[in-house]
Amino acid sequence: MSLTDTLDTLTRIAGVRGALLVSREDGLVVAEALMDSLDGAAVAALAASLTQRIGGMTAALGHPEGVLVQLTGSEGALLVAPAPGGLLVVAIAAADVNAGELRLGLLAAAEQSA
Amino acid sequence: MRAIEPWVERPLTEFLGESAARVTLLMTASGQVVAQHGFTRSLDVMSAAALGAGIMAATAELARVMGSRPLDAVVHQGTGLGLYLAAFSTPRGRWIGLVVFGAETSLGLVQLFFARLTQDLERAAPAAEPARQVLAENFEDELNSSLRALFGR
Repeated sequence: MSLTDTLDTLTRIAGVRGALLVSREDGLVVAEALMDSLDGAAVAALAASLTQRIGGMTAALGHPEGVLVQLTGSEGALLVAPAPGGLLVVAIAAADVNAGELRLGLLAAAEQSA
Repeated sequence: MRAIEPWVERPLTEFLGESAARVTLLMTASGQVVAQHGFTRSLDVMSAAALGAGIMAATAELARVMGSRPLDAVVHQGTGLGLYLAAFSTPRGRWIGLVVFGAETSLGLVQLFFARLTQDLERAAPAAEPARQVLAENFEDELNSSLRALFGR
């Protein structure tokens, strides 16, 4: 499955406004499928930074790294799943998205992007 | 952080806070220093400015040879340290930014906030002043004044 196909499986979920594959270390966009006029570079940089900080926090607490980061706001949500190969799968969703379906989709996408 | 142009200070301070860059140097396309953060010796900042301007000039020429528009940015990524060098337009002419960053941030964040810095500088720039004539008798004073602004001594 190509990177584009991986992202398409996420953007087909109702309420998902965009999905990206991000270089974890650099915070740069590797591939993106953004439905709205979202700033992919900004999302990538901030999602990578957020994941790095949360990873540092869990490491400091002596826990293994999480498999999913979910940041929910009043108007939407940002979900990030670390993937093998130094990548992050990122999804931006509206508030009414089916969060369970998106979480499963994101974890599957993270496995497929290996 | 030290700046020759006072209106540069606020945008640059915000950039430094958000990007977590270790060293930042703003200069004109010819390598004249406008502001700096992180350097402690005047020799270092002058060398870095000259080298940065030289790299951008070389890449612009390389792009011209390849039939391309001048490249906007150059990135050197090391294991512990990265260097981001980018040219941008301001109401005061073409400037170059040199940013050195470590593992505490990322290239993506540096690029993101550098783009905001260029927008903030464009908004903050006052109307261009008429060029003053530099006379031989006040050259030393002008030079010392610039060095004091950059290094506080």
